[in-house]
Amino acid sequence: MRINRWLPWLYAAPMIVFVAAIFAYPIVTLFRYSLEVPGAANEPPSTGLANFEYVFTDPLFHTALLNNLELFLCVPVMIALSVILSAILFDRPKGWKIYRTLLFVPYILSIPTVGFVFGYIFQYQGVLNTGLKLIGLKFLALDWLGSPTWAMRTIMLVIIWKELGFGIILCLARLVSVSEEYFESARVDGARWWQILWHVTIPQLAPALAFYGIIELINMLSWVFAYVYVMTLGGPMNSTVVTEYYIYQQVFTNDIVGVGSAAGVVLLGIVAVLIAMRVRLQRRLALSGYE
Amino acid sequence: MATNSIAMSAGLIARRRTGRRVIGAFTRHAVLIGFCAVALLPVYFMTVNAFKARSEYTTNKLGLPLHPTLKTLGTALGGGDLYWWLLNSLIVTLLSVALSTALAALAAYPISLMRWKPGPVVLGALIALLVVPPIVLIVPIFEMVVHLDQLNTYHTVIIIYAGIMLPFSTFLLCSFFSTISPALIEAARIDGASVWRIFWEIVLPLSGSALVTVAIVQSLWVWNEVLIAVVFLQEQGLRTLMVGLTIFNSRYRVDVPVVMAGMLWATVPMVTLYLLGQRFFIRGLTAGAVKG
Repeated sequence: MRINRWLPWLYAAPMIVFVAAIFAYPIVTLFRYSLEVPGAANEPPSTGLANFEYVFTDPLFHTALLNNLELFLCVPVMIALSVILSAILFDRPKGWKIYRTLLFVPYILSIPTVGFVFGYIFQYQGVLNTGLKLIGLKFLALDWLGSPTWAMRTIMLVIIWKELGFGIILCLARLVSVSEEYFESARVDGARWWQILWHVTIPQLAPALAFYGIIELINMLSWVFAYVYVMTLGGPMNSTVVTEYYIYQQVFTNDIVGVGSAAGVVLLGIVAVLIAMRVRLQRRLALSGYE
Repeated sequence: MATNSIAMSAGLIARRRTGRRVIGAFTRHAVLIGFCAVALLPVYFMTVNAFKARSEYTTNKLGLPLHPTLKTLGTALGGGDLYWWLLNSLIVTLLSVALSTALAALAAYPISLMRWKPGPVVLGALIALLVVPPIVLIVPIFEMVVHLDQLNTYHTVIIIYAGIMLPFSTFLLCSFFSTISPALIEAARIDGASVWRIFWEIVLPLSGSALVTVAIVQSLWVWNEVLIAVVFLQEQGLRTLMVGLTIFNSRYRVDVPVVMAGMLWATVPMVTLYLLGQRFFIRGLTAGAVKG
């Protein structure tokens, strides 16, 4: 039996309409906004690169990009911790399923909840500092969210804390699909835990880690708004403004849509570069025998 | 049989090295318990303090409540607009997830099961859209919504959420649908079943757990989403729980237990869903990785 050639389109049409309205149209419009320069009084807006010039010379935008770059430092930490923890869980110690369930809990919690609770814990007079002073580590009792030096790093800690569970689950899913023989033969050869980790587990995890790494790099660029909004509102002294927050402020606080859109185009460009990296990485992995 | 003998030899080896295994086991459990404790610290902090009165919190911030009370939870729920926000979140989450899952299922059907020529191209485009930063979309959508005078309405946010989730949910359902045997579909077709009947009576019933997986992962995302809710629902009575919590937090700044109780109310639905449907969460979140 033959299917009418228009029928597939009919089924896909509602999805295509939605995606066009929510993705295609806004992206095209964003480019248009970014090129629109408001004219002087009574003059119609003109087209030009003034918004981009503004963005590229704005020190706050530089801060924002540098903060996103600093957030990238979370990714290697998350990768290292998920490798170690998933390897430990994969040894199936007693109760490993319960550990897995609990380690994944942070990923389920909402960013506002996490942000506020950590806000109270990290307060200058908060629980953490009281505890640190109590055990004689007074020098570690920092103004975690209140000082421009530490606020961004504190946010990074919270992000690592929250996103780690995802990495563990990904790595475990990958390890389960790896043939047990690899581990077994290493064990029979008398390899130590660390040796197995280095020579068997990590190479086998490579595809999962590449995936996790790229996803998290993209997250660090395009999904950190909520952390900043909830924990610091960009402060103190703009030290935690990230690109998303910069765009948000320009558009919704300062009402400068053109500048916000130009920053949005830059962000989109950076994400596109990361995607290209991902495609290349995948090809590289495919060439070296995975998948 | 093969796995059985591997397990047996593993057991033998384990017994031969008991000494080293015990130390290993201790270290393992120590590391895991340490990380679990850190992972659960905020939940613990939130839970113990939600059952304290304000007066107790000032002297006992980290311990279990010595005089447990349910009044704080009551104040949190009734005191502000929390139950309205809870309701708003429920409405927005349920409707947008239902809409997005339905459209995704309709679209995944031709892409995975109809040998539709543009199918792979459509799927490729959807995968590319997965990584578009939401803030980039929000700016033009906001201008459009204001222009159409549709700000502060349920349907606006429901449509935006459904649309933003569609690439992910379609992609996920495509990968689940493609595991359905083509022979089965072919057989039904030969028996004269219409394209719609095959979808309704074969594809959907076979995909029950896939649909639940997609719906659960999406619910988690919508329930916890902040940016879109902040921008498009600015009226006090229309706020979602996540945005409401930010107001709650500043209003009850001096009464930390009430804030913690509010957070607990906001957290319980998702944690319950997670504990009940853990395998769906894990399946949904790892499916993307397995397919790469």
